[in-house]
Amino acid sequence: MYEIISMKELVPSIFEAIVKAPEMAKKAKAGEFLIVMADEKGERIPLTIADYDREAGTITIVFMTIGTSTYKLAKMKAGDSYYALVGPLGHASEVKDYGTVICVAGGVGTAPIYPIARAMKEAGNKIITIQGARTKDLIFWEEMMASVSDEHIIMTDDGTYGRKGLVTEPLKEILERDGDGIGIIYAIGPIPMMKFSALTSKPFGNLTMVSLNSIMVDGTGMCGGCRCNVGEETKFTCVDGPEFDGHKVDWGLLMDRQRIYLDQEKEALDKYMKEVE
Amino acid sequence: MGEEVVKKPKRKERMPMPEQDPKVRATNFEEVPLGYTPEMAIEEAIRCAQCKVPACVCGCPVNINIPAFILEIAEGNFAAAARKIKETNALPAVCGRVCPQESQCEEQCVYNRMGRAICIGRLERFAADYERENDLVEIPEKPAQNGKRIAVVGSGPSGLTVAGDLILLGYEVTIFEAFHKPGGVLMYGIPEFRLPKDIVEAEVNYLVQLGVKIDYNTIVGKSIKVDELIEQGYDAVFIGVGAGLPKFLGLPGENLGGVLSANEYLTRSNLMKAYRFPEYDTPIITGNRVCVIGGGNVAMDSARTAVRLGADTYIVYRRAREQMPARSEEIHHAEEEGVKMMLLTNPEEILGDENNMVRAMKCIKMELGEPDESGRSRPVPIAGSEHEIEFDVVINAIGANANPLLTKSTPGLELNKWGYVVADEYGKTTKDKVWAGGDIVTGMATVIEAMGAGRMAAMDIHEKVMGVPKNKDPSPEALPDDMECALPSGKQP
Ligand SMILES: Cc1cc2nc3c(=O)[nH]c(=O)nc-3n(C[C@H](O)[C@H](O)[C@H](O)COP(=O)(O)OP(=O)(O)OC[C@H]3O[C@@H](n4cnc5c(N)ncnc54)[C@H](O)[C@@H]3O)c2cc1C
Ligand SMILES: Cc1cc2nc3c(=O)[nH]c(=O)nc-3n(C[C@H](O)[C@H](O)[C@H](O)COP(=O)(O)OP(=O)(O)OC[C@H]3O[C@@H](n4cnc5c(N)ncnc54)[C@H](O)[C@@H]3O)c2cc1C
Ligand code: SF4
Ligand code: FES
Repeated sequence: MYEIISMKELVPSIFEAIVKAPEMAKKAKAGEFLIVMADEKGERIPLTIADYDREAGTITIVFMTIGTSTYKLAKMKAGDSYYALVGPLGHASEVKDYGTVICVAGGVGTAPIYPIARAMKEAGNKIITIQGARTKDLIFWEEMMASVSDEHIIMTDDGTYGRKGLVTEPLKEILERDGDGIGIIYAIGPIPMMKFSALTSKPFGNLTMVSLNSIMVDGTGMCGGCRCNVGEETKFTCVDGPEFDGHKVDWGLLMDRQRIYLDQEKEALDKYMKEVE
Repeated sequence: MGEEVVKKPKRKERMPMPEQDPKVRATNFEEVPLGYTPEMAIEEAIRCAQCKVPACVCGCPVNINIPAFILEIAEGNFAAAARKIKETNALPAVCGRVCPQESQCEEQCVYNRMGRAICIGRLERFAADYERENDLVEIPEKPAQNGKRIAVVGSGPSGLTVAGDLILLGYEVTIFEAFHKPGGVLMYGIPEFRLPKDIVEAEVNYLVQLGVKIDYNTIVGKSIKVDELIEQGYDAVFIGVGAGLPKFLGLPGENLGGVLSANEYLTRSNLMKAYRFPEYDTPIITGNRVCVIGGGNVAMDSARTAVRLGADTYIVYRRAREQMPARSEEIHHAEEEGVKMMLLTNPEEILGDENNMVRAMKCIKMELGEPDESGRSRPVPIAGSEHEIEFDVVINAIGANANPLLTKSTPGLELNKWGYVVADEYGKTTKDKVWAGGDIVTGMATVIEAMGAGRMAAMDIHEKVMGVPKNKDPSPEALPDDMECALPSGKQP
């Protein structure tokens, strides 16, 4: 069983769970994800492995409540166990010395960015982090991010903390200032944020990796439900990704494919909310 | 009373199996054939001639002693019949339901020439169901442990067979399974209405009671590599991971929302139980007009699922009906339930709406031309016959390829040009201590062939690990010495 060791609400609607999974903790690398099922009737949903402790044999996941499955996970407490947990899945980030790496995190995207920034830092890179959220109360893991960053810029949409504005603004400034000095950009967060980060860097030509959050079932290349278009090619997010060159991703298709089950997701959430009331 | 007692003529025809009415069953996921009653089973069993040279056994890839188990049924010893089958087949309730008997044992039966082959599959199913439903399943005594450890990758029919055979020979067996449930295609592919999942779980549970350990949620190649298993001291590793990579046609529009592989559609419905959404959380697109591309069993299973989810369902197949690879029984069932066939029709493009959801499919009519390499008439497009058909869901059921997840992470394992594992007739691969069998060696085949491959590998592993020479003929008592049977795997259907 996959026991939850600790559980907390980091900021409203974003939760952190530390889970016992010794084998996964031994193997996990930055950029990989796992699939979790809360209970026997649950969905298999992908979440990034946001951290791991090889000695304690635990992994950390951070998730935002947006539908039935994430609400179910949020309801679980330390001592409870997930019905299924499988991973690590997907390709790890290509960690090497790029010189300088910009890490752009939007909202819950801070969680998947953190292990990448840390690994890149350990590989000798200078790390510039741009961490964004709607408002001050939604910023989490600020100190952790600061600890792996040489430069740490915080952005809020409403200006309640850090600079007011979108993450793409400082991204553009840095690239204008010294585009050639940037080895690679990582941008992870909601689709529009990744899309506009990639659009911002495109004229500068810096490789910009994004982590796609396609709808998945198995996570092993067996179903093809996670198909996306990258360049002219069809890719399976689970086995070919989840990281892809953001300049080549067909964002419109990705967004539309996220909406395939919209009506049913709403129906399921309404039912679940009635049940827990 | 003075009335003449009319003796019923002895039944000579095949005993039909009662089925749910097509109109009713098209709206539920309960099993379609209802099974024999004990009286029906006995009546069918006594038709068997108990041939001295039982041709049927040769048609069975695991050489079940068919006349012997049928005799037990004829004598009313139903549980004994089940035990007889289990001597060579650990999954009788599954095989009795899904094996293509018409091209295996029943095709060879001496009565088949008269169109009256004994209903071997139905009797097999009856015996297994009777034993299970009446709690008569006996767990054999645990054999002395030989101290050797075997890792089996995948809990499909091939892996389950290796595990079942070796546990009875005293090995410690652990199955590593990627999913949270056992059975492979039996669990995630074949729908409930053809193979109820509690039956699969019961048959797997029998193996667990024998001592087989199953590690779920473990993807070999990711969670752990084959080489690591060997380093951990496993004396042999059997790879039975199935084919497991969906094929797409490469048509324009294939990534639109509403276009999915049969694997995804069936996995959602069967493994994740989306047909019971929202009781289960996983959703499935039901659609109003569903198109299933393909003409095999997977296409029939997808179409019959779509009908049950309430859609007006069509099969689009580029050849003629006679060329459909699906079992004729399945095509018949599908049509009875209201699936419509668009034959000699080839999809060319999938068209979407402004939200990137499927709206229609562009197809072209085909006609049959010269025979191709497979001997089937090659379908050729009829110029100018392009037309659009409205659909809101398109399911691709055109086959599977080899999934590279495990094979790519296993150095030293030779693959053929399609990515399937190269293995000899006993499943031995080019890698030390590693065997393979089932769909990952042959490409998508059948449950019983995967089981046959598991049986061969188990014998070979036993020989290589413990030095016990293989019994080249797994069920000698069923086959008289003078009988030539194409063992090890019987007749290839
Ligand atoms: C490789 C990978 C890694 C991921 N890592 C994380 C992570 O670390 N933390 C995290 O919170 N989430 C992560 N996700 C997204 C997460 O899997 C989804 O949020 C989750 O599946 C939603 O399930 P649900 O049942 O709660 O919501 P659903 O009922 O499935 O969705 C509710 C609503 O949200 C929309 N939606 C669905 N999926 C997403 C999505 N991915 N992003 C935005 N909106 C969506 C739907 O259109 C729907 O309207 C990751 C996804 C992938 C593929
Ligand atoms: C829809 C459908 C209907 C069918 N109908 C019939 C029928 O009526 N009659 C018939 O005889 N045959 C039928 N078949 C074919 C038959 O099911 C297969 O030939 C058979 O199941 C193959 O068995 P297998 O042991 O090779 O693998 P599979 O049944 O494919 O099982 C492989 C198992 O390995 C697991 N696995 C895969 N990769 C890994 C990994 N890396 N690590 C750990 N585990 C892994 C999978 O999750 C799965 O559980 C059908 C197939 C399908 C798809
Ligand atoms: S061939 Fe037919 S009649 Fe003869 S033993 Fe087999 S099932 Fe019975
Ligand atoms: S999730 Fe099924 S293939 Fe990627």
